[in-house]
Amino acid sequence: MKHCLTFAAGLLALLFLTAGTVQADGHKVLTMSTTTSTQASGLLDVLLPALEKDTGIQIKVIAKGTGAAIRDGMDGNVDVIFVHAKSREEAFVSDGYGTKRYPVMHNDFIILGPAADPAGIAGMKDAAAAMKKIALSRSKFVSRGDDSGTHTKEQSLWKATGLPQEKVLKSIFKKGKKTMVTFSHPKGLGDWYLSIGQGMGKSLTYAEEKQAYILADRGTYLKYKLGRNQGLDLNILVEGDPLLYNPYGVIPVNPAKHPHVKVDLATTFAEWITSHKGQALIANYKLLGEQLFYPDAIPDAR
Amino acid sequence: MNFFTDSLLSALTLMRDFDPELVEIVGVSLKVSLSSTLLAACLGIPLGFAVGIREFPGKRTVVTLLNTLLALPTVVIALFVYSFISRRGILGALDLLYTPKAIIIGQVLLILPVVATFTLSAISRIDARYRQTAMTLGATRFQTALVILREARFGIMAAVVAAFGRVISEIGISMMLGGNARGFTRTMTTAMALEYDKGEFVLAVALGLVLMSISLLVNVILNLFQGRGRN
Repeated sequence: MKHCLTFAAGLLALLFLTAGTVQADGHKVLTMSTTTSTQASGLLDVLLPALEKDTGIQIKVIAKGTGAAIRDGMDGNVDVIFVHAKSREEAFVSDGYGTKRYPVMHNDFIILGPAADPAGIAGMKDAAAAMKKIALSRSKFVSRGDDSGTHTKEQSLWKATGLPQEKVLKSIFKKGKKTMVTFSHPKGLGDWYLSIGQGMGKSLTYAEEKQAYILADRGTYLKYKLGRNQGLDLNILVEGDPLLYNPYGVIPVNPAKHPHVKVDLATTFAEWITSHKGQALIANYKLLGEQLFYPDAIPDAR
Repeated sequence: MNFFTDSLLSALTLMRDFDPELVEIVGVSLKVSLSSTLLAACLGIPLGFAVGIREFPGKRTVVTLLNTLLALPTVVIALFVYSFISRRGILGALDLLYTPKAIIIGQVLLILPVVATFTLSAISRIDARYRQTAMTLGATRFQTALVILREARFGIMAAVVAAFGRVISEIGISMMLGGNARGFTRTMTTAMALEYDKGEFVLAVALGLVLMSISLLVNVILNLFQGRGRN
């Protein structure tokens, strides 16, 4: 009998514990997959508390590469996505996975490198030409290699160099059907090209350790350069090419595909972030006076 | 060196001040790990007991299978569970992915073999005479089972402690099934990975210290129990 009681007490304790862990799952919680840069840049730490104060919506942030975040949206694992790969976002909406793309903000990509600059690209305005010099001099280059927005941009830059490209085919299963995804990079890779399959932050610290070149978004770069004690021992060598423009969008997942998604909350969030309040917060998020993101819905928000 | 001592000192300050973020992360970690350990114990001890106490055809196969499962990497378990609980999976409608429950499911699968095999070996080590004596003294099957369980209790307790140690320090399942969502599924290990990603080491070092303190505490408690048992 005593043992039965102990067992019952154990089960009760278990119920209590599991109840405790799910307490936070109230109905005003929105699940969002986003790119690593919105989290690593510190922007979400500014936006989310304000959002909660204004609308009562709490956001559960799952930070992944843009590719994985879009897949989360397609599978209906999240209610809303906040990513940066415009052409893929538009496809996401036109294929019926999202209700609407809300343009939120932009910043730009930059090519970083060590002070020694072995490829000699400092100050170049043409991003593709700079990438070409890196490849031809076989200087160390770190690639995200994770199907993220930054990786997508990197691949389009390699294409723009006119160098012979190598396509890597990978087959993945989507809806039980085999689909091929292709990654492209310069032909005949050697140990100069490091494809590490990590988020923006880790890729930056990796590139710093290796003193390698890397394509990065300006937001994360500034956060790493100015927003932490250690700083970052890499400099901006190439910037300002229109090819390097980097827009971000928010897309609620379409309830027509996934009836369970909290489309009302997702739309409220999308409208809030594109409202004057949200846009002003984005415009005013600065690190040591440097602006990280520029609002797109209301460009002159302050 | 400076870099290390700075991180360590700031980490100790965080711990002394009961930094709310630190406390929250430790709380999520403990809740999830204790839940999965308890569940795994409720399932694994009877399983190990049943396999250990009985002779049946295919017993060796079952034992080999359990031992093999001990070596299963966390990412494999996470992928397996993911394919079931993702919205596209069979259990998609339950809305489990990126919740603490998802982590608990994965972790239970991870440590169930640990609890079961440790229990099994603890039971097998008990002298058969205990069982025979109990039966000749007129004990029912249930009472006999209790006698054996009582004799094997330290081995079983060690099984549960080992299982807890495995889940609290585990990262693959927590990251892939929990998603490292702040305030919801951010555990000590996933938080450490994130801080490392960010190139910030203070919180990561503090969490590492807490993790080691917890495992020290658990082992001290186990030791006390065993010491008392011997007297």
